[in-house]
Amino acid sequence: MKLIFEKSTPGQANDILPANPLISQYAPPTEALRANAPRLPEAAEVAVVRHYMALSRMAFGVDNGFYPLGSCTMKYNPKAAERAASSPHFTDIHPLQSQDSAQGCIEVMYRLQEALNEVSGMGATSLMPAAGAQGEWVGINIVRAYHAHNHDTKRTKVLVPDSAHGTNPATAAMCGYEVVNIPSGPDGLVDVDALEQAADNTTAALMLTNPNTLGKFEKNICRIAEIVHNAGGLLYYDGANMNAIMGVTRPGDMGFDIMHWNIHKTLATPHGGGGPGSGPVGVCKALARFLPTPMATFADGTYALSGDDSGGIKRAKIFYGNFLVLVKALYYVLALGADGLKEASMRAVLNANYLLRALEQYSSLRYDSPCMHEFVLSLDTLKEQTGVSAQDIAKTMIDYGVHPPTMYFPLTVGEALMFEPTETESRQTLDDMANIMDKIIHTAKNDADLLHTSPYTTPVCRPDEVKAAREPKLRHYDH
Amino acid sequence: MGYIPGSSRDSLSMLMSLGLDNLDQLYTDVPAGVKLHDGLRLPAGLGEMAATRMLQDVAQKNTIYRDVFLGAGAYRHFIPAAVDNIASRNEFVTAYTPYQAELNQGVLQSIFEYQTMICELTGMDASNASVYDGATAAGEACLMMQARKKSTILVSETTHPQVMEVMQAYADSAGMQVVPVAAKDGATDLESLQSLLGSEVAGVYMQSPNYYGVIEDIGAAAGLVHAAGALLAVGVNPIAAAILKTPGEQGADIAVGDGQPLGLPLAFGGPYLGFITCKTALTRRLPGRIVGETDDINGRRAYVLTLQAREQHIRREKASSNICSNQAWCALRSAAYMSVMGPGGMSECARQCYANAHYLLDCLQACGFSQAYNGDFFHEFVVQSPIDPALLNAQLAQSGILGGLDLGGGNMLWCATELTGKTEIDHLISKIKEVAG
Amino acid sequence: MNVPEDLYYTKSHEWVRLVGDNHVRMGITDHAQELMGDIVYVELPEAGESFDAGENMAVVESVKAASDVYAPVTAVVSAVNEALADTPALINGACYDAWFVEFDDASILGLLTADEYKKFLETEEAH
Repeated sequence: MKLIFEKSTPGQANDILPANPLISQYAPPTEALRANAPRLPEAAEVAVVRHYMALSRMAFGVDNGFYPLGSCTMKYNPKAAERAASSPHFTDIHPLQSQDSAQGCIEVMYRLQEALNEVSGMGATSLMPAAGAQGEWVGINIVRAYHAHNHDTKRTKVLVPDSAHGTNPATAAMCGYEVVNIPSGPDGLVDVDALEQAADNTTAALMLTNPNTLGKFEKNICRIAEIVHNAGGLLYYDGANMNAIMGVTRPGDMGFDIMHWNIHKTLATPHGGGGPGSGPVGVCKALARFLPTPMATFADGTYALSGDDSGGIKRAKIFYGNFLVLVKALYYVLALGADGLKEASMRAVLNANYLLRALEQYSSLRYDSPCMHEFVLSLDTLKEQTGVSAQDIAKTMIDYGVHPPTMYFPLTVGEALMFEPTETESRQTLDDMANIMDKIIHTAKNDADLLHTSPYTTPVCRPDEVKAAREPKLRHYDH
Repeated sequence: MGYIPGSSRDSLSMLMSLGLDNLDQLYTDVPAGVKLHDGLRLPAGLGEMAATRMLQDVAQKNTIYRDVFLGAGAYRHFIPAAVDNIASRNEFVTAYTPYQAELNQGVLQSIFEYQTMICELTGMDASNASVYDGATAAGEACLMMQARKKSTILVSETTHPQVMEVMQAYADSAGMQVVPVAAKDGATDLESLQSLLGSEVAGVYMQSPNYYGVIEDIGAAAGLVHAAGALLAVGVNPIAAAILKTPGEQGADIAVGDGQPLGLPLAFGGPYLGFITCKTALTRRLPGRIVGETDDINGRRAYVLTLQAREQHIRREKASSNICSNQAWCALRSAAYMSVMGPGGMSECARQCYANAHYLLDCLQACGFSQAYNGDFFHEFVVQSPIDPALLNAQLAQSGILGGLDLGGGNMLWCATELTGKTEIDHLISKIKEVAG
Repeated sequence: MNVPEDLYYTKSHEWVRLVGDNHVRMGITDHAQELMGDIVYVELPEAGESFDAGENMAVVESVKAASDVYAPVTAVVSAVNEALADTPALINGACYDAWFVEFDDASILGLLTADEYKKFLETEEAH
């Protein structure tokens, strides 16, 4: 499809701004001006709208179909949350207008802080981080600030399980820590003996997601917490997999000291093709003074943004966070309530187990107890027998109208496909998925070549990533 | 609970097919000691109607001002209806990061077009797919400039103070040092800059128009910075960039900024849009997602996430940034905005901002306000107010006017955009005269 | 697996060629390039930089992986093969011609011979 620049008609403009006689009276000096106008599209409104409409038809969201992208929690996003956040009484509020004229915004923040504290079991929560990865960065900076505050300067290492999300080691390194990988045992859980060996007076923290990226609950969590705490380290919770446990157990109760949320996963806010997300950071009471400021507070009937100094990093974003995402999250919490959140998690886990039961026949990886909200298939046997890779299977699903699961993650599993059906999919959708997989595996065994060049129903097929990386073309104009 | 699809009978039969009786049995691996036995202490679910009305009531507690003369990092511009309409397509809203190129060519192409537009606006060679906001873009720029054995970043004191705090945080955690460069008459003191440019300096950050609205001499700064073997990153306002000399023309190595003025509402501070661009030589130091053009197996033009080996999901602890999610939907809005406005509309918008702000200064000066700094400015400026700023703003609020930012010491930072033209400014001035009595 | 007899090797899969008195060239082995797949980018050091043997001195990237390249010797970089930066595919094409850098004043003491490297590859394979 043509780029919007290729649809440009020189001289075409839209009549948007009124004439302003002041511009002839107050014109910037010529020497301050750029030599050439930016080559932006010159297109009539109708052409722009049709262009984006055409692009939208080549995009696939949760509203288009099943999206079992593991670790990403692509659940349905309620429309009422979108409408709530689109109120001009939220969208038209300046972040620096007086607090008495922004009581509604601060109330949203305060209520959400309180709700997140309750669901996570943490003592205090900052809504500032823009996404989960930024939440991690704020959280590990809190680790740093805490040890510095205690003059405990030997703690230079962050422990990370080998199955962790890439953001965990990247965050630790970005905060100046040496990363020590902790191997998984044969059961896919953290090897507690290896952890015990690694944890010592150089350990700043252990970063852990529970359930882990295999969709297994780290059942030794109490022992893990004890080991890390006895070594003087802090326990960090990666909240990417919170959707499995709301109302069932809480990071605070498991012994975690710091955590981040992925609001766009757990609390059903849409992902927008890659963001905006929101990654609030929760801490136990003792660490509250290290959170970024300001925080929303409530006293004497008035909401306020309070605090202008932090014992940790002072500020992660220019203002207070991705506010409109927070409005949607609060809608979700209000609409579902205590029982609804718990049911969401339980049904997410039920759906995952139901689908796992249907698909595990294809996998060499076995679950000896129920999985949590997601599970991983290992298709290495299929690859050996037929030459069909996990990628071939995933790409073929596209032709059946399904967004592929996460491929080749976690790194500890060969030919991995990670499924996370979420609670908002019906039994029918899961049964359909099982049938689709059955058909694809049948094709793999009988006509493998067909799968190496799928999908067949999309505008493009298997773009050349080597060329894209060797000769990067990152914008339309060459000069 | 009606929100989750499927009846309780469905759930039960699914449980039975797994050989289970109830949902609790799914959680056998969770130790009893950490289970939440009494449930969450949250109110019962309200359902759609009651939750909607409750949030409507909360929203009504906020005041919308008809005329906004407050900027300082967040700017109210007119947003064409087509932007909201385009951005509300649920294929865009509910998509994930386009890992599957075949299914999401639409998202990928829209990002490629965004990257092109941002490069055009800044005069730079390469853009990523966005970062969280202008402040974190400036923080990431620090990390990009870090060099072997050089870890000091000079930051002009004319930088937005909250951007400075975010940069400080990024630098601190990466073990870099931030050294402020003094301001003189509301602009970066180039003599001070030159004296600080030692061999340990990896890069310099300046903002233009700066926090006080003043247009900085980036070209002169670039000469000094490059002579010292360091890199120059510049923070720009994207509306100003439509007409003013670009960072690229003036020799910047990196240009960043907040794309909020490009079709994003004020929204109490977010979500906004961080853009980050650079010269070709620094492309592989860009953080986060980047979309590139290539061919598919049938020779058709296609778009993919590229240069991924820089990123956290591959390089893990060796990645230069941990960023994963960005602000893709905000980038889409900005691209739709720039497409509908076109080069003519963008230029017109910028010229009106400039003219309105200069007219506003004239009017305020006639009321006894005095300009604090001499340098030319874009759409913001600082004046010394003859009236107590807090009192003035409280009075203006009564008339639906959001006044300038109180900087302390009687100084105020005022902003005008295309939405605050002669009519709005004359109205403001009449109200100021009432307060002055 | 191609392991030329006249070169020296490291356990991290770099090769070293003696091109003059105490003057060496280095690159990555056939085994390493095959493991990486299509190499799309090489990050090279600059002439004049000094490294200790075993220190990280360069990075090679494929589409889905990034791998460190370690200095095989303790020495100063005297020349850099800029052609690799423009055409990283050279490494896949002829890895023993696609040298990364030259080192001055380098000793080959402690490096593996071709036979030793072949044996090492076999034991690695067995794991």
